[in-house]
Amino acid sequence: MSASQIISWCVAAITFGTVIMYGCIGETINQKAGDLNLGVPGVMQIGGIASLACAFLYENNVSAPNPWVSMILCLLATLVASALAGALYAFLTVTQKVNQNVTGLTLTILGTGIANFFGGNLMKLSGGVGTISVSFTAAMFKAKLPFLFGKFGTFGSIVFSHGWMVYLALLLAFGIQFFLDRTRTGLNLRAVGENPATADAAGINVTRYKYLAAIIGSMICGVGGLFYVMDYIQGTWANDSTIEALGWLAVALVIFTSWRPRNATWGAYLFGLCYWAYIYIPTGISKFLADKLKLQNVTYMQNLYKMLPYLVTIVVLCVVSRKKKRENQAPASLGQSYFREER
Amino acid sequence: MERHMHSRPLFHITKKDEPSFLVRSLTVLVAVILALLVSALFIHFVTKLDPISVYTSMIKGAFGTKRRTWITIRDACLLLLISLSLAPAFRMRFWNCGAEGQVLIGGLSTAALMIYFGDKVPGAVLLMVMLIVSALCGGLWAFLPAVFKAKYDTNETLFTLMMNYVAIQLVEFFVDFWDKKQSHSVGIINMNTSGGWFPKVFGQQYGLNILIVVVVTVFIYIYMHYSKHGYEGAVVGESVATARYAGINVEKVIRNNVLISGAIAGIAGFVEVSGISHTISKVTAGGRGFTAIIVCWLAKFDPFRMSVISLFIVFLSKGASQISSDFGLNEYASNIITAIMLFFILSSGFFNNYKISFSHGRKEGD
Repeated sequence: MSASQIISWCVAAITFGTVIMYGCIGETINQKAGDLNLGVPGVMQIGGIASLACAFLYENNVSAPNPWVSMILCLLATLVASALAGALYAFLTVTQKVNQNVTGLTLTILGTGIANFFGGNLMKLSGGVGTISVSFTAAMFKAKLPFLFGKFGTFGSIVFSHGWMVYLALLLAFGIQFFLDRTRTGLNLRAVGENPATADAAGINVTRYKYLAAIIGSMICGVGGLFYVMDYIQGTWANDSTIEALGWLAVALVIFTSWRPRNATWGAYLFGLCYWAYIYIPTGISKFLADKLKLQNVTYMQNLYKMLPYLVTIVVLCVVSRKKKRENQAPASLGQSYFREER
Repeated sequence: MERHMHSRPLFHITKKDEPSFLVRSLTVLVAVILALLVSALFIHFVTKLDPISVYTSMIKGAFGTKRRTWITIRDACLLLLISLSLAPAFRMRFWNCGAEGQVLIGGLSTAALMIYFGDKVPGAVLLMVMLIVSALCGGLWAFLPAVFKAKYDTNETLFTLMMNYVAIQLVEFFVDFWDKKQSHSVGIINMNTSGGWFPKVFGQQYGLNILIVVVVTVFIYIYMHYSKHGYEGAVVGESVATARYAGINVEKVIRNNVLISGAIAGIAGFVEVSGISHTISKVTAGGRGFTAIIVCWLAKFDPFRMSVISLFIVFLSKGASQISSDFGLNEYASNIITAIMLFFILSSGFFNNYKISFSHGRKEGD
């Protein structure tokens, strides 16, 4: 494998990892409040399509669009849309005490529907033909870092050839880790997730914490969706449900990181390397395997290589559950609704 | 802060006894009507159709012709079958989110048998073999997560979700492997000979589909209510500690119930491939595995309620698809409508179990 291949593999892994890193950080906040949100794929899609629709409408309705304005509007659209999705989740699970898994999965069905419906039809609904492309706005999100891009040789090519949101994700991961470990609010949030009844007795407003965790968590997941749309698929939409798979991997990453966003900074990229491995596995190996399996075409092996991130996740789940280290456990009340009268 | 602590909350929520069947039905009815209104608003927003035309188009889309009615019934049966498959697992609080993959694997094994033996083995024998093999394969796909759940308490939600993607890739692999024309599709299997296809039963093309679903419905009802294993599953779902105390082998109960769950999902894959589409692709399960989770939960594992909800959801999605295609839009509108409906019904359950009391008059404690 040549150096340029290794570089492009790492760059692709970092882009991939950033999407699920946002999802993982958002879901961690949600789970720290004791709420398991299986709506992450849906929320990511809602966030992504909101930014795409916003950029599309802005670029097509303003005679001289300003890239900065467009970028900020997109971010706002994503944050508002995903916050609404988070609020919907919180209303059902916290106020109405509906089962969390069922609510989350319904949110995923809704998000998949909204995103693919508008992603596929926005052009037609606005009277045009063809597929959407918002390369003008996407360029803003993909703008390389000034001063650093193109320097420091191989290291620089891997680390400094990304849009600013890649670095924002890293900052956010460490920031949220600090918030959880070192701040009073973070401590309260963890208390709510561990034992809401005790937290309630200590004067913590459990409902408010759960709502805010769901809303803020969803907003961060939504930003992951924005990054997917603007950077990963470069300002278009594809009805191929890739983003759904990424959403589930983000949820899996939460367990992989044992609820520590800090660990997502490398875990997410590791998932990225697994995800793209199918392109970079040396053809010698593929030829050998294809011969053994009597395949007509070597490229068929790629279908099997694409299982890698999911198989790795399964192995990780099994190993983590087998070890059962005390400090690596899920928040104790995860998955259960809290009802004051049932204490 | 001080003022806040003394003010009475705007409302508070208390538990109440479950109301009568009539009241519960009325609550669901109100939820359904509200959901239909919201759905109509959404369709009006994208198509400018007035609400009355929305509903007439939906009914036409689902029941407009004899053929459409049959397709609606056929698809409702399939959704019901997958929902039924989840009941034994869910009642133990085993979150099988992998029906999607179990259906695919059942379908894949069916497709393989159709391709290799479709023209060599007599129809009835082949159908029996396909039924058994698809059940075994689907069962195996669920059994793996169950073994780890039973032994190490491994997170089954994510394990089963990941198995879905492994199944998708396996299907992709075999689609390429079987496809002779490099078109990344196997096309209709045994198009000319109909080898391994469901025969007409009672003179109906989908007669066998319905027959299988009826048999499974009865089986699940009896299994859940009258069998030892089914009962033990319910105890495990209530409390693992109680189950252990009562001398139930929890690990075994989890494994066996989930095995049955996966096997029925595998049979659903067999029905889809051999009885409906006669092809296999990564969209064979088409998200039904997820919709079925909500159907099963809403029905509280009751097969009769599952059939009503399945039929209703399929009616909605057929209706929405019809309107979408009339306007040249894609079929994802049906996902949106389904989700709206599910959210409203999920939300309505609250009003049966809880009571909201609004605070009136002056603040207390000042």
